[in-house]
Amino acid sequence: MELNFSFLGKYWPMFIRGAGTTLILSVFTVVIGLIVGIVLALMRLGKFKPISLISAAYTEFIRGTPLMVQIFFIFYALPQMGLKIPQITGLGFDFPRFASGILAMGLNSAAYVGEIVRAGIQAVDKGQTEAARSLGMTGWQTMRHVVLPQAFKNILPALGNEFVTVIKESSIVMTIGITELMFNTSQVYSSSFRYFESLIICALVYFVMTFTTSRLLGVMERRMKRSA
Amino acid sequence: MPDSLNKNDVILEVRDLTMRFGKLDVLKGVNTVVRRGEVIVVIGASGAGKSTFLRCLNRLEMPSSGDILFEGESVVHAGRNLNALRERIGMVFQQFNLFNNLNVLDNITLAPTLVKKADKAKAEEEARALLRRVGLEDKASAFPAQLSGGQRQRIAIVRALAMHPDVMLFDEPTSALDPEMVGEVLDVMQRLAADGMTMVVVSHEMGFARKVANRILFMEDGVIAEDGSPEQIFEHPKSERLREFLSKVLH
Repeated sequence: MELNFSFLGKYWPMFIRGAGTTLILSVFTVVIGLIVGIVLALMRLGKFKPISLISAAYTEFIRGTPLMVQIFFIFYALPQMGLKIPQITGLGFDFPRFASGILAMGLNSAAYVGEIVRAGIQAVDKGQTEAARSLGMTGWQTMRHVVLPQAFKNILPALGNEFVTVIKESSIVMTIGITELMFNTSQVYSSSFRYFESLIICALVYFVMTFTTSRLLGVMERRMKRSA
Repeated sequence: MPDSLNKNDVILEVRDLTMRFGKLDVLKGVNTVVRRGEVIVVIGASGAGKSTFLRCLNRLEMPSSGDILFEGESVVHAGRNLNALRERIGMVFQQFNLFNNLNVLDNITLAPTLVKKADKAKAEEEARALLRRVGLEDKASAFPAQLSGGQRQRIAIVRALAMHPDVMLFDEPTSALDPEMVGEVLDVMQRLAADGMTMVVVSHEMGFARKVANRILFMEDGVIAEDGSPEQIFEHPKSERLREFLSKVLH
């Protein structure tokens, strides 16, 4: 057995571009996941039962079905029903393909983030809400200025883990042809036939991304702890 | 307070208030009025319904039946108006409940700027003036976690005062404090009373009740069992229950 990394001279830009796409994909996924997740949590915790049930049903369904089914559903099944994401020309990439991937990943992540946010909100002492309401603040003002900031601090570690998970799981969108890190790696080994070396490089690049992310979040956490 | 005061002096009127938690009757028909400028201390054994009664006054608890009128307006049936009523009813909690995510100054100015749309600079100026009155002007940029219980409670009082309430409710304000910090909080409350603030205080501090209150309500088993001046309550208790209670707490 011998290792030969000389193919990198020709193919290294593939790994870099793939990693870039993976990161962009992951950031958009987490942003969508967080926004939709907060909405799901607020729906779930609200007093209006039907809305709360919709949120619970969504969460259960998304968590109970495979991510790949969801991705294929948005990329292949919805366009068949006429729900097409329009092509935007001049971007230099296939917008509907990329948007489908982000949307599916984001809506999937939202189901998990929603549960994280819900737990974070419930962990904020009830006295905080009572104090705000007794001053005449509305429910939303209380949520926005008192509860959510404290909930966010509680859940930052869990959100960080979710970001790391998303970076890794985004490799699945290679199945709809998004040229992220895993897809590009497969391109490299099928032209160079260096499977072992390609996958080692691929794994290392993933690891650098996840490790850096969790370190950065650790720093942020410590900062927030100091501030209050 | 003499009965000759006219009806306009009534700030809170409580009518047949009842409260059920599951099978437990916590309040069984409470009737009373609070007049402007009165300092009322509510005493009684734990479980008598004191805190529940107080928390009904600004509807942190929804009573099962009965009504509360704040200057003639129903608190119980207030719809969208509830927040406007709460602005004028300040509340201080046993556990302080300062906003943990905000520093002292922001704790005080948050509600005035959000609810009353007060100018931020003016609100801060007033907050600093209030902090000076309770001797904590140097703590403006501290976070709640960095303060002692006594300091937190004084700031909680200032936070409520910044809304210019017509009446202040105190729910066992010194019960969570270390003994050496009780005095500094009671001092602030006593000065507030001297300034003419209308106050309803649930407390076990009998010394404070005797010195500062002009009316004492003794609650027992979900009703107001006795209602009178400190002198009547402490020197001439009418019921055996009150005598028993006093003999336990005064030693």
